Amino acid sequence: MASALINVPKRARRGDVIEIRALTSHVMEPGYRRTASGEMIPRDIITSFSCRYNGREIFRADLFPAISANPYLSFFTTATESGTFAFEWIGDNGFSQVASAAITVE
Amino acid sequence: MLNSAIRNLVGEAPLRTGKVKLDIPPLVENGNTVPMTVSVTSPMTADDYVKSIHVFNEKNPQPNIGNFHLGPTAGRAQVATRIRLADSQKVVAIAQMSDGSFWSASADVVVTLAACTEEL
Repeated sequence: MASALINVPKRARRGDVIEIRALTSHVMEPGYRRTASGEMIPRDIITSFSCRYNGREIFRADLFPAISANPYLSFFTTATESGTFAFEWIGDNGFSQVASAAITVE
Repeated sequence: MLNSAIRNLVGEAPLRTGKVKLDIPPLVENGNTVPMTVSVTSPMTADDYVKSIHVFNEKNPQPNIGNFHLGPTAGRAQVATRIRLADSQKVVAIAQMSDGSFWSASADVVVTLAACTEEL
């Protein structure tokens, strides 16, 4: 099964702008390639990514076949309170994955 | 294809150049994984922020690359990812601001090994 790699600072000061990086393993088969025998390889991609900070959505991405395999995303948020970032990836063929990371805000 | 995809997003609104910075290497060997960063100049306050960033391409089988939705709490309007380019082509990044205006930047990329459509 796929696995996710999350990079969030463990501690931050209130009001700091922090970078969040998320990577998950996925083939991101674009659906435009053919095998040597000419058969089309069906699309199999992650179509949606979201990040919630203590339940509130702070970032969402719609992904297309032009996103590389093992999709990597980096984005920013303002550290406001201690708590949890919840990440979710959704894709073709019922793909679904979640991950989370904790932060302490002082 | 690129133009109609952009029209679908902005509608009749004017698309202005500026505020958006698209960082992408001008020459890439492998189109399968091209690092790309889009940053937008914005104060990111409750009444003046970047709502979303959209990235398009000219010559892949599909014009969309990604849509990224952010809000005023992002603090910094910047996203980075890795993309596929099937050919040497233009990449366009568009930001939608909280006031509804659209800003864009584009970059030309030369690709020596194409992605997306190769035979296995």
